[in-house]
Amino acid sequence: MSAVSPDTPAMLTTADGAPLKVSFDRALRRSRLKALALVLPLFAFLLITFLVPIGDMLLRSVENQLVGNVLHRTVKALDHWDQGSGELPDEEAFAALVADFQEGRENRTIGRVGVRLNYESGGMSSLFRKTGRRAKRITEAPFREAMIKLDKRWGNLDVWRLIKRESDAYTASYYLSAVDMRFIADGSIARQDENRQIYVRLFGRTLWLSLVITVLCLLLGYPISYLMATLPVRTSNLLMIMVLLPFWTSLLVRTTCWIALLQQQGVINDLLVWVGIIGEDNRLAMIHNRTGTIIAMTHILLPFMVLPLYSVMKTIPPSYLRAARSLGANPFTAFVRVYMPNTVAGVGAGSILVFIIAIGYYITPALVGGTSGTLISNFIAHHMQVSLNWGLAAALGALLLAAVLALYVLYDKIVGIDNMKLG
Amino acid sequence: MQGKTLAIGLAAALAAGAAHAQTELVVVSWGGAYSASQQKAYHDPYMAANADIKILNDDSASEGLSKLRAMAEADNVTWDLVDMIASDAITACDEGLVLEIDFDNALAAAPDGTSATEDFGDMIVSECFIPQIVYSTTFGYRTDLVKTPPTTIADVFDLEKIPGKRSLEKKPLANIEWALLADGVALDDVYDVLSTPEGVDRAYAKLDTIKSDVVWWAKGAVPVQLLADGEVVIASAYNGRLFSGIEEEKQPIAMMWDWQWFDLDGWVVPKGGKNVDAVMKFLRFATDTQRLADQAKFISYGPARMSSAPLVGKHATLGIEMGPHMPTAPANATTMLPNNIEWWADHGDEMNERFNAWLARG
Repeated sequence: MSAVSPDTPAMLTTADGAPLKVSFDRALRRSRLKALALVLPLFAFLLITFLVPIGDMLLRSVENQLVGNVLHRTVKALDHWDQGSGELPDEEAFAALVADFQEGRENRTIGRVGVRLNYESGGMSSLFRKTGRRAKRITEAPFREAMIKLDKRWGNLDVWRLIKRESDAYTASYYLSAVDMRFIADGSIARQDENRQIYVRLFGRTLWLSLVITVLCLLLGYPISYLMATLPVRTSNLLMIMVLLPFWTSLLVRTTCWIALLQQQGVINDLLVWVGIIGEDNRLAMIHNRTGTIIAMTHILLPFMVLPLYSVMKTIPPSYLRAARSLGANPFTAFVRVYMPNTVAGVGAGSILVFIIAIGYYITPALVGGTSGTLISNFIAHHMQVSLNWGLAAALGALLLAAVLALYVLYDKIVGIDNMKLG
Repeated sequence: MQGKTLAIGLAAALAAGAAHAQTELVVVSWGGAYSASQQKAYHDPYMAANADIKILNDDSASEGLSKLRAMAEADNVTWDLVDMIASDAITACDEGLVLEIDFDNALAAAPDGTSATEDFGDMIVSECFIPQIVYSTTFGYRTDLVKTPPTTIADVFDLEKIPGKRSLEKKPLANIEWALLADGVALDDVYDVLSTPEGVDRAYAKLDTIKSDVVWWAKGAVPVQLLADGEVVIASAYNGRLFSGIEEEKQPIAMMWDWQWFDLDGWVVPKGGKNVDAVMKFLRFATDTQRLADQAKFISYGPARMSSAPLVGKHATLGIEMGPHMPTAPANATTMLPNNIEWWADHGDEMNERFNAWLARG
């Protein structure tokens, strides 16, 4: 009967008089900030070492400032040139070209333009080097005659069309090259000559071989992991060491061992000949080809399959199987219907790990792959280190990245990424 | 007495100070026996005469071009001197990554007074590149595994005369020229033929005849190893590697010099290096007539200066006369194929694509 409720309920406040809700929110926000501060170093690290380089790579695959910057006068003079007219650019454009060459020679930038344009059309490199050396002697009009006399290729419309086309700040030509296409002289897009088509085939081969390696790793890794998860600790530790031992050995040493084992005059062939299974003249070719790549890479990537599988299997209580048996399942049914579905998380994690590492692998295929076992990454390395065509390397890398992301999405749709368990 | 101690102390302090003032030069080269030959012929004597210089070796020359460009883009050039093959040096020069060299002023004249420009002669292929050695890619074969020893390039492509596997370098360079020479094209016409689509087809048609019997190598040590293991009976390889396989490791291998592929290797000075003056002083010493001749005591590559040739002596440890093992020795150089750097700069990209597409077709 006491007056419990006044008109308005007394607002709950904290000791300092602030409403409880506000104070509570504030405390929550503070702890969120603290949590954020803890992950900030990792976030910054990822940004600097991962996102920025990938962004840089993507930019490089389309970036094309060089021609426009170095030949800036020429490009401007070509603005009002109609490339379909069948006429050479006017005297003004030739004068601009001479001036650009003289300046580019001084700054030592003209050679780079030649190298860049040579990616599109063979012969540009020598044309630019030769013209660069001699352009300083051309001091007075008519510039057109002088340039064509210096090298008759300056009278070729295709050379001018190429300069005009590649003077934009961004270009699609690296991506075209990466899918075996190219611009032809009139600016339209065509397939690369058949005997120069290579990258599409290599992408296909890379995906296919990675898939084969993943499946092999799964077939080999599953029974081992099961053994390790079910054997007594002492024995399973020994097995674990045997799985990990190759993991701790230098990659080059392991690969060289495979060469010694698999080559035609190697241990395995010697053994087979000695036993009499194959004749002296029919020694098997198991290395410097696709087989070599598959064997060596399966071996190297096996631990990446075994470890997630093992960690998942370890958590499956043996009582599940016993329960299935007691309910009437035979051992095979119990294993397939009860045990295997519990390992899906590990299978997914292991497969995706092996597949993604395999797709970008390059040192082992380079050493044991011969010609039929090299992968797209070997060509990315070639364009980074040998041909110095970083734009093409970046375009190939970007396509590889896109392929991996697409597969990841596919995996998420089919299996569900939440089902993945790495350990 | 006390004064003397003080003097010794002072001297020690000065020496320590001098040690701190040492300039460290990072010299990038190929590692292995090649770097060792440079260490003994150039670096050690120079450091002995110049206590203030310390030369540090870096073995990443195989990535020289790409790393130089990366350093230039990052504006942090940490190399002082880089050993490169001539074609890479020309690319580096085109890209503006390396300094131009004033040959006559920067380099020593020959002992008889011939200017450096004349002494190097035709070896000067770029204004940025100081030639050091002439090396060749030539053939080695197993003396015990071939019935008739090969004598000409055509034998390499002849599966009846030389049955068995052969090894070639996994790039079109040299191989397509050899294919045409073996197919009967004269040296003077090789690049004219290769500049037409039909000519390239012809080279590949010739390579097709041995394709299934070729093991392709990518690293210089591999072909000699393949020969030693008996995996192949004949292989193209760098002549210096073959020399060490034959003379140092006593493998049953012999050389076949027909149409050996001549190439140059030498120095470039990165633009933006921090010790350019010290490096130029070192280069003056390391590329003089005697030093280039000295290097040939340790490895069988020919010195790039004409004046060095008569000074080439015996191998430092084996004691054999090195002259006859040089690619430039008259008996070896009756037929030779110099690298046409200009042509390859123009057509290298196409040729590589074509070559790799050809390989991939299996």
